[in-house]
Amino acid sequence: MKRYVYINDDESARDLYCDNRISNRKYTLLNFIPKNLGEQFSRFMNQYFLLIACLQLWPLITPVNPASTWGPLIFIFAVSATKEAWDDYNRYLSDKKANEKEVWVVMHGLRKLVQAQDIHVGNIIWLRENDEVPCDLALIGTSDPQGVCYIETAALDGETDLKTRVIPSACMGIDSELLHKIKGVIECPSPDKDIRRFDANLRLFPPFLDNDVCPLTIKNTILQSCYLRNTEWACGVAVYTGNETKLGMCRGVPEPKLTAMDAMIDKLTGAIFVFQIVVVIVLGIAGNVWKDTEANKQWYVKYPEEGPWFELLIIPLRFELLCSIMIPISIKVSLDLVKSLYAKFIDWDNGMIDQETGTPSHATNTAISEDLGQVEYILTDKTGTLTENKMIFRRCCINGVFYGNDSGDALKDVELHNAVSSGSPDVIHFLTIMAICNTVIPIKAKTGDIFYKAQSQDEDALVRAAAWLHMVFVNKNANILEIKFNASTIQYEVLETLEFTSDRKRMSVVVKDCQNGKILLLTKGADEAILPYACPGQQTRAFFEAVEQYSQLGLRTLCLAWRQLKEDEYEEWSLLFKEANSTLVDREWRIAEVCQRLEHDLDILGVTAIEDRLQDGVPETIETLRKAGINFWMLTGDKQNTAIQIALSCNFISPEPKGQLLLIDGKTEDEVRQSLERVLLTMRITTSEPKDVAFAVDGWALEIALKYYRKAFTELAILSRTAICCRVTPSQKAQLVELLKSCDYRTLAIGDGGNDVRMIQQADIGVGISGREGLQAARAADYSIGKFRFLKRLILVHGRYSYNRTAFLSQYSFYKSLLICFIQIFFSFISGVSGTSLFNSLSLMAYNVFYTSIPVLVSVLDKDLNEETVMQHPQILFYCQAGRFDFIMLSTLFFQILCIIFYNFFICGDVSLEIRLIVGQWSLNSQYQFLNRLLNPSTFAGWFGRSLFHAIVVFVISIHAYAYEKSEMEEVSMVALSGCIWLQAFVVTLETNSFTILQCIAIWGNLASFYFINWIFSALPSSGMYTIMFRLCRQPSYWTTVFLIVAAGMGPILALKYFRYTYRPSKINILQQAERLGGPILSLGSIEPQPRPILEKEVSPLSITQPKNRNPVYEPLLSDSPNTRRSFGSGAPFDFFQTQFRLSSSYSRNKDN
Amino acid sequence: MSSRGATSSSGGPQLGTSDSSTRISKKPKYSRFTQQELPACKPILTPGWVIATFIAVGIVFIPIGLASLFASQRVVEIVHRYDEECVPPIFSSNQLAYIQSSITNKTCTKNFTVPKRMKGPVYVYYQLDNFYQNHRRYVKSRSDTQLRSKAGELDISTCKPEATTGNNSPIVPCGLIAWSLFNDTYGFSMKNKVLNVSKKNIAWKSDQEHKFGSDVYPKNFQSGGLIGGGKLDASIPLSEQVDLIVWMRTAALPTFRKLYGKIETDLEANDEITVVIQNNYNTYSFGGRKRLVLSTTSWIGGKNDFLGIAYLTVGGFCMFLAIGFILLYVIKPRPLGDPAFLSWNRNPSGIMN
Repeated sequence: MKRYVYINDDESARDLYCDNRISNRKYTLLNFIPKNLGEQFSRFMNQYFLLIACLQLWPLITPVNPASTWGPLIFIFAVSATKEAWDDYNRYLSDKKANEKEVWVVMHGLRKLVQAQDIHVGNIIWLRENDEVPCDLALIGTSDPQGVCYIETAALDGETDLKTRVIPSACMGIDSELLHKIKGVIECPSPDKDIRRFDANLRLFPPFLDNDVCPLTIKNTILQSCYLRNTEWACGVAVYTGNETKLGMCRGVPEPKLTAMDAMIDKLTGAIFVFQIVVVIVLGIAGNVWKDTEANKQWYVKYPEEGPWFELLIIPLRFELLCSIMIPISIKVSLDLVKSLYAKFIDWDNGMIDQETGTPSHATNTAISEDLGQVEYILTDKTGTLTENKMIFRRCCINGVFYGNDSGDALKDVELHNAVSSGSPDVIHFLTIMAICNTVIPIKAKTGDIFYKAQSQDEDALVRAAAWLHMVFVNKNANILEIKFNASTIQYEVLETLEFTSDRKRMSVVVKDCQNGKILLLTKGADEAILPYACPGQQTRAFFEAVEQYSQLGLRTLCLAWRQLKEDEYEEWSLLFKEANSTLVDREWRIAEVCQRLEHDLDILGVTAIEDRLQDGVPETIETLRKAGINFWMLTGDKQNTAIQIALSCNFISPEPKGQLLLIDGKTEDEVRQSLERVLLTMRITTSEPKDVAFAVDGWALEIALKYYRKAFTELAILSRTAICCRVTPSQKAQLVELLKSCDYRTLAIGDGGNDVRMIQQADIGVGISGREGLQAARAADYSIGKFRFLKRLILVHGRYSYNRTAFLSQYSFYKSLLICFIQIFFSFISGVSGTSLFNSLSLMAYNVFYTSIPVLVSVLDKDLNEETVMQHPQILFYCQAGRFDFIMLSTLFFQILCIIFYNFFICGDVSLEIRLIVGQWSLNSQYQFLNRLLNPSTFAGWFGRSLFHAIVVFVISIHAYAYEKSEMEEVSMVALSGCIWLQAFVVTLETNSFTILQCIAIWGNLASFYFINWIFSALPSSGMYTIMFRLCRQPSYWTTVFLIVAAGMGPILALKYFRYTYRPSKINILQQAERLGGPILSLGSIEPQPRPILEKEVSPLSITQPKNRNPVYEPLLSDSPNTRRSFGSGAPFDFFQTQFRLSSSYSRNKDN
Repeated sequence: MSSRGATSSSGGPQLGTSDSSTRISKKPKYSRFTQQELPACKPILTPGWVIATFIAVGIVFIPIGLASLFASQRVVEIVHRYDEECVPPIFSSNQLAYIQSSITNKTCTKNFTVPKRMKGPVYVYYQLDNFYQNHRRYVKSRSDTQLRSKAGELDISTCKPEATTGNNSPIVPCGLIAWSLFNDTYGFSMKNKVLNVSKKNIAWKSDQEHKFGSDVYPKNFQSGGLIGGGKLDASIPLSEQVDLIVWMRTAALPTFRKLYGKIETDLEANDEITVVIQNNYNTYSFGGRKRLVLSTTSWIGGKNDFLGIAYLTVGGFCMFLAIGFILLYVIKPRPLGDPAFLSWNRNPSGIMN
């Protein structure tokens, strides 16, 4: 599909394409109520409650007052509808603001101020400096005579530097007045979301130009939401408008996120629902049978002879209503409440305030804190996330002389300063390249200071370093560059810029010295892209050494080189270059080829080393989180080598021989497949070895792998704990997240730039770092933190506590509802299975909403372990993470392996490989239930059993102690209710790990308020329970009954818990004991690393996967950089833990429970 | 020159610092609550505490159990089942016909001996078995507003199927509960002297004062085709109809006793008591038993061994557990919080348990 945009044609395109109205709204005024209600009722729980509430309107079957269900239901719905409405209103306001913004548009040959929403495809838009671009434009004119303009694309891709855009050659030189009348057609593809690609053609109609087709690329466009900078004006043709712009297409509606916990709770709810249905059916049948056999004899019940047709349904429906409290309506309210409190705790946490900027952490999404405690994969951006994104020029090597080796800072090296002032030509050339071989734009501030706007932080660092060394890049005026060196001004004219691409790994500029007319080629690039092209005879050994040395320090290296061009050589080449630039097919490849022709025989000047400093605490954070069983993937748009270096320096991957890095590369399908298979094979072999195996893949290979070999790649993803993906696009990042999610892993994506937004939105949890690249990621994320190191606290402290608390709260909610429901069921057996409620409406409502909610709500303050203990023993997070294993799967797997062993025993083959294959496939097959550690069917079964036991205790004791002359309905009901409330108080007490004053108040205050409330109702003559509570409280038998219930209910539970706690303790219990008793816990951090036999066998795949001549990466790091080398006491245990983790430990995990 | 380098590098951070002044104000105020650092007591289940708790519960519960058992044993109770005996032998094959007939003689005289001295007041109960006063149809079939005041006389919507008479005038008191009022009567005599059974204070005072109106008089009661139970004197307000008030306090269990009256005098051991029973109430259709109960009372109520036995059981169980745990502690001591039990410390070979 193509679209033809007729420039300046007011009529034709009007109806064809949408106007420029942006709409992010979910609702309109009319559809809000039906749509919102529809959405809310798509949740099973809500449908259920609505059904119950409707049934209760039928007085024949309702055991209690309908208000007890309708009230809470309406409240819950109103709250969430209001929230939605408010959000949508804000979206409407921001849309409105954008839509009503006025822009200059050419209408009927005249420039008019028009609201942005009235722009149509084909309109010519005029922009002034600092204007926001209202829609996607194809540039046709700028104020600059060369047709250049600068834009800031921060909102689009998160890059804060200025980018240059040029007008297409066909429009070059058209007068600004004539631009009003320009006519033509742009042939462009249908809207897509690729912000790096725009393959279109422009044909201007006469009289402007002949019929030549002029190609348009992304360089000729300015996209919506960019800002025009440093350019007086620019004008362009609207090609995509409204929601069809590149940005609009990118903007996916983020799906509401549901935590694993919520899924589990939903599942449990479903299970209880089934149980309830079974109970209802059984009791319904029993009730009808009893009615037919017994009730006819009970004359005082006066059953009519002939009932209505629905007679048979009445008793089951009554039981349905009676049992409806099994699923507590309060659980949703309480969960929402505590979740927002978790979020508040994150906002309030002083430990997560970035002291540099004073930014506190913030939880935007208040609903997913538990998931933080269940993270299994962290996908992290590199630049700005792990690093500070603050490049500093540290060292250099000029012509074999190393500067900055002593002090670690070349800029303070006196020798370098001496060399500069002595005017050594090599040094001068070196500095010149540093200053001008780039795409940096200097901006003069009013104060006279110069700011640099650079596309890459490296270039920025180089230019600044050059300035510090007195080679100041002062001005860039169209093609004229002006540098100042020691008070003399030198001007260069830029003839060509040979841009950086990831394949070429170098960039060059061809400049003409304005003084002597010499044409120079200045090149900088990665060592492997420069050093082989040195002019024959030059000794490059020193540079190799320099690169080696620097990269071992974790510095980013660039080689600088130059060559003087002869005039005719340049002329000849220039023609080729122009031709290549205008090819339509394989343009990039052609350009690269042409560039290659120029970039040879280079005179290598030296090597620069730039430090991208890691943020504080990054290695420690990664180390700790890995101990907690979390896997790390690094997804970066950066170069492979840089990524690997950073990965090494932040403990991401281990250097040889402890770790091994496998590369997946290749340009074609075949190459990628081979490489992928090789890596997979190595990976399978090494999974059993205590070795850190990681793989690295670049964007291109990833694209192919994801497209054609998704299955193999998925297997690889599962096997590998660590991966580095370089040169990946934002959408690839999102795809990787999707891939891991499809394997049922809980993923957390962390990033700081606009290019991370999609990944952040895609992941189960998105964390944004409010860093240098603006607040875009932070805004899109669920959590925003100031520094990477806060992630540790976010996950280990907040995530874990949230998980534990919700696990308790949800199971407890079910427990208490089941308890009272079981009592009702038991009572029905002694009330002729007729569906009489033992408790009155008031008690039932207050029980769920009030008596039992308050004490459990304060469990959000509970801490099972101290924060410090958790930090010291991150392994404890295992108790939260979602594992996927159950007994049936275990046995199937076991059977499968047995078969294979048998098979191979006779037809001899590699058994272990087969097994690994099976295991791999099996873990691939991800249709298993989440098995949360503290909330899973088995823990839930415990609570279920407890509620059954307590119900029996309460029921049996109350009906026996209050038998015969005391068996008055209201009294028995209150005795049973008091028994429940007392038990609740003790259950909460027993399950609470730490008592703060608030918990004591809530638990015992609640008990007191139970009596207080009931006394009030007992004092009202109109209430059904008038005087009951006073009467009961005066009876010694009431108190003896209640205490009996407590002792009989809690005794066995306490005994069982004590036994398990002491003789079958979980890891949490052990740490609790150690912590409280002040035992040897503190020494635990420094447990001796186990001496581990290092496998001497040098694994050959390294050389297979890395056929390159040199691999500096795998060398052990030198230990002189303060940030990169830290020794951690407990390195070894974590190792074993990790490698065993994914496959074999799943088995042991299960046993561990 | 150098200054230029410095200023240009401050371009970025400058933005940050100007922001930070505003951001710092967003900084949350420090409080121990917001930092989750409230002082907390963190008890753990040490053997000492747990064993002590069990012993303490045992020590408290066993004496209470003994005391209640003792109290219950001291209660003297005479239970006399009369439903079958009071049917003349000729009707024994058709008890229902006997009880439903209006011409049969329902009077029935029984004698029993007081086994032990019964100190007054002696409570007289009737006990019904297999009578579902808690049946949903039954328990809902009443109108509290109607009972409370004359104004609510027409509030009979909840009383079905015993709300109105054939000609649609409301029944007072309406509903199945009132309709099925128990109507056996007992006349006691000892040594040919009438034993006075007092009906005073057998109903709850609060019921008489607030639930049953003194201006509400029975109306159309038991006038329909089917007579349920007892009739009421239309000249006495409901607040004085104590038998009705007692009956209307529905029982939660299918076996229940309701107070019939009190004998204020003491009964000596071996006293012969004659009771004349008007056996009117139909429990024969559903096989319910009727009993006459004379009982004294104690601090825990009537004769009920359950609490005492339960207390002794629970107390004994706690003692048993305590001893068990002590033995376990002695035989197999286990240090708490031994880091050696942490799987990741213990087992570097990768086998966790």
